[in-house]
Amino acid sequence: MVDKSAVGATTAPVEVPIERGKVREFARATMSENAAYLGSDAPVIPPTFLTTINFWMSAEESPMAKVGLDLRRLLHGGQEYVFHGPPPRAGSTLHATSRIEDIYEKEGRRGGTMTFVVAVTEFRDEDGALVAEARATAIETGQAPMRGA
Amino acid sequence: MELTEGTAGEPREFGPLTRTDFVRYQGASGDFNPIHHDEEFARAAGFPSVFSVGMLQAGILGTYVTDWLGAENIRRFAVQFREQVWPGDTLTCSGTVVRRYEDAGEDRADLELEVTRQTGGVAVRGTATVVLA
Repeated sequence: MVDKSAVGATTAPVEVPIERGKVREFARATMSENAAYLGSDAPVIPPTFLTTINFWMSAEESPMAKVGLDLRRLLHGGQEYVFHGPPPRAGSTLHATSRIEDIYEKEGRRGGTMTFVVAVTEFRDEDGALVAEARATAIETGQAPMRGA
Repeated sequence: MELTEGTAGEPREFGPLTRTDFVRYQGASGDFNPIHHDEEFARAAGFPSVFSVGMLQAGILGTYVTDWLGAENIRRFAVQFREQVWPGDTLTCSGTVVRRYEDAGEDRADLELEVTRQTGGVAVRGTATVVLA
């Protein structure tokens, strides 16, 4: 059973330095040979790069941990990134906070209730301006998943 | 290329994907869920083998759209995961402009994107917003 009182719970800010070597490694791992990532001293980040917040905010620190999801029945349903201007560049330092935005239920097509949990991470620059948002949707299925991430 | 509603990008193939591709992505992203690299763990969980990380095919779709329209121009990128991707799969990325408009003085386009497997099954559906230079 998920804990709906987790909605609104917000983490303390985590410092997230954007590093050129990590941008290069991530671009290669996502099969990019784009000179904008590989040939620049201060490349912008690839669209899904902020998933590397994994290195700065552990799963236990993530607000998802407060929801009490059953990991055996958990799917990554979707992911969204919004950039307020060009994506951040290597050399910049961002400050990230995460919170649970929403928890809702739907009846699954094959029976069983599916619970959707939406977590938002906001990334601010050193002046406090919002530069990027990441929105993750996790799904706890009624039974063990046979599809998804 | 002039982008208008209905303009389609040139589809592009990636792969066949290997277990090494999964591991390289897991190292780069910091997601070390063993179901994507530990064969015994994946079988014990009821899967025929390890399978790809959803965010890898999402990242490949990001590569497709930024190679097409520019790394600095992306303003929104969203994905929904559908079918799993397995070792040996070849992925095809494709995209279409669904709207071109002005927003806050910027020339923008919205796109619908897709990653399909060699079976024709959809692995990822995506949407993106780009600024046109």
